[in-house]
Amino acid sequence: MSKGEPLRLHVPEPTGRPGCATDFSYLRLSPAGAVRRPEVDVAPMDTRDLAYSLISVIDAEGNAVGPWVPQIDIEVVRKGLRAMMKTRVFDSRMLMAQRQKKMSFYMQSLGEEAIGTAQALALNEDDMCFPTYRQQSILVVRDYPMVDMICQLMSNERDPLKGRQLPVMYSVKKAGFFSISGNLATQYIQAVGWGMASAIKGDTKIASAWIGDGATAEADFDTALTFAHVYRAPVILNVVNNQWAISTFQAIAGGEDTTFAARGVGCGIASLRVDGNDFLAVYAASRWAAERARRNLGPCLIEWVTYRAGPHSTSDDPSKYRPGDDWSHFPLGDPIARLKQYLIKAGAWSEQEHEETQKRLEAEVLAAQKEAEQYGTMASGHTFSPAEMFDGIYKDMPEHLRVQRQQLGI
Amino acid sequence: MKTSMTMIQALRSAMDVMMEKDDNVVVFGQDVGYFGGVFRCTEGLQKKYGKSRVFDTPISEGGIVGVAIGMGAYGLRPCIEIQFADYIYPAYDQIVSEAARLRYRSAGDFTAPITIRTPCGGGIYGGQTHSQSPEAVFAHVCGLRTVMPSNPYDAKGLLIASIENDDPVIFLEPKRLYNGPFDGHHDKPVVPWSQNPLGEVPEGYYTVPLDKAAIFRPGKQLTVLAYGTMVWVSEAAARETGIDAEIIDLRSLWPLDLETIVESVKKTRRCVVVHEATRTCGFGAELVSLVQEHCFYHLEAPIERVTGWDTPYPHAQEWAYFPGPARVGAAFKRAVEA
Repeated sequence: MSKGEPLRLHVPEPTGRPGCATDFSYLRLSPAGAVRRPEVDVAPMDTRDLAYSLISVIDAEGNAVGPWVPQIDIEVVRKGLRAMMKTRVFDSRMLMAQRQKKMSFYMQSLGEEAIGTAQALALNEDDMCFPTYRQQSILVVRDYPMVDMICQLMSNERDPLKGRQLPVMYSVKKAGFFSISGNLATQYIQAVGWGMASAIKGDTKIASAWIGDGATAEADFDTALTFAHVYRAPVILNVVNNQWAISTFQAIAGGEDTTFAARGVGCGIASLRVDGNDFLAVYAASRWAAERARRNLGPCLIEWVTYRAGPHSTSDDPSKYRPGDDWSHFPLGDPIARLKQYLIKAGAWSEQEHEETQKRLEAEVLAAQKEAEQYGTMASGHTFSPAEMFDGIYKDMPEHLRVQRQQLGI
Repeated sequence: MKTSMTMIQALRSAMDVMMEKDDNVVVFGQDVGYFGGVFRCTEGLQKKYGKSRVFDTPISEGGIVGVAIGMGAYGLRPCIEIQFADYIYPAYDQIVSEAARLRYRSAGDFTAPITIRTPCGGGIYGGQTHSQSPEAVFAHVCGLRTVMPSNPYDAKGLLIASIENDDPVIFLEPKRLYNGPFDGHHDKPVVPWSQNPLGEVPEGYYTVPLDKAAIFRPGKQLTVLAYGTMVWVSEAAARETGIDAEIIDLRSLWPLDLETIVESVKKTRRCVVVHEATRTCGFGAELVSLVQEHCFYHLEAPIERVTGWDTPYPHAQEWAYFPGPARVGAAFKRAVEA
């Protein structure tokens, strides 16, 4: 056997870099309505084709087509659109507040609003979500008060987390929103455990796990799939593939020539790959997965194909690593624009209602921000007392922490 | 009613008692279900409580701890096993970043009332990955409790207290003590727990409080701070040197019982810290520091540390590594003669 050519290390690259357009042909797309809808008790192996295609409902003209058109009350769709709009208005307002130094940090979910919103609407209120830092739409659609969110962002005297957490790391048990951790992927396996607990207790609640494309490379992603499969845990394993992990293209996470949904099939988990910018498809797929889990038929992995339209965070400048106009070329468009078009076509929305809703939401968010600012901001120094720093580390404060608190002079 | 139990039986009894008492207690880990654990600590529990309460897991330490945290958030009280402390590192992120921080970062919204049992320590020809004592890497983490028993009575009472505690507990079990006390004399036959009063264990529910040390052997000449197997080694060293050492079994490493330590050192005016773990940045350094801070004006001699060497745990050189009674006794002499 010959020694052959020298080996070469393959390092994936995105096609688009600043000043050069992205070739989005790498996205495995399917026309709206083209992908089949199996029964909820489908064998995981029989979802292989679904893991390599794309479930879409709303077509380019704004019609809902195909087997995945959900049975959904039009009022719920309207509520969904309003929540998506509210999330976007909230994000843009908070971005501005960060630039004004009213908070130290912020992360938008621009372009990804449909996913959290529609899934939350497809779940029951007492199903527990294990979100990342980019599922604020779940809190918005579950009507968690914006004032409380902003107080957390401002770490002020009304911050529910008492100034202990970086902005956006919300925790709202009563809204089924698990405490966000800075450590990526950790919550994915915890969601599986929560679902297992529900099964152990003979409960009917299910868990919803969230992860981004980049974080699928963390060990906890694979661990979660293994445990979910082994114990048939009632959990929806959501992978939000927004193509980017900060500056890193999804190919570096292992997305080149494959899909993240395919990982589920390989682990024996029924898997779907869904248009993440199509509210109706997100709702339909989430309902399907929720029913599967709730009927004890096991977990489901869903790859949501979307695009991170905004910067990764307020500390990031995407123009340094990707084309400035990338989002406008993303084939799956803008989730709000698409649902708006659908609702108008269905006679359940109008340009005028859209405009009025937009204005009302802007006023609502502004009012919430003003109210929150009354309780202080980081800049104004109105935050929780440093005494709080020592509390809640253990259920009861141990002696050494009592002494350290005294040493701080409080 | 008291029964003679080994540490293995005492630990099993603790889990049995807690599973009976609280429906939310679940037990799982690698090989703990049908087989009853590689050390037999969970034998019979699956048969008694069913597979939904006692079950085997995939070989994934991060997964075992991660699902336990999720279950804790739901409202269960998992008591889980990592087969050897040497293999706990893949779960380090879940333990440090998640279990330890969950209550704090969520302002009490969610908690992690989990107990992580794991066999630790050497003296069994376990080599590099079946002998480690990683307590210092947990004692350093705020939000965790780190506990290590030295006998069957404490093992059961401390494990029940740990399972009932609402904070995450790292429960380290010196596997060298599973079947009988061990004083470091590896050339002598092991005396089973049935011949030791600390092997007398109540059958039902009782607790040994966390954060409370025990005076294992009262003495006047010097204070020994030890835990796990080193309690027994220290006792042998005291016996063999004739030095009247007051041996404190810390039991809870962190948070610890500072009062008992300080009271003893102020009385004896000398202190030796003994642990199997490697020396540099080991838990002994914290103990030395605490004694120095709190007892400086009472000390008559420098505080001594007898520990494992700063090497990976070797196989063939087991007894040159393990801090046996000769090395510990020599430190006792240095401390009293200084």
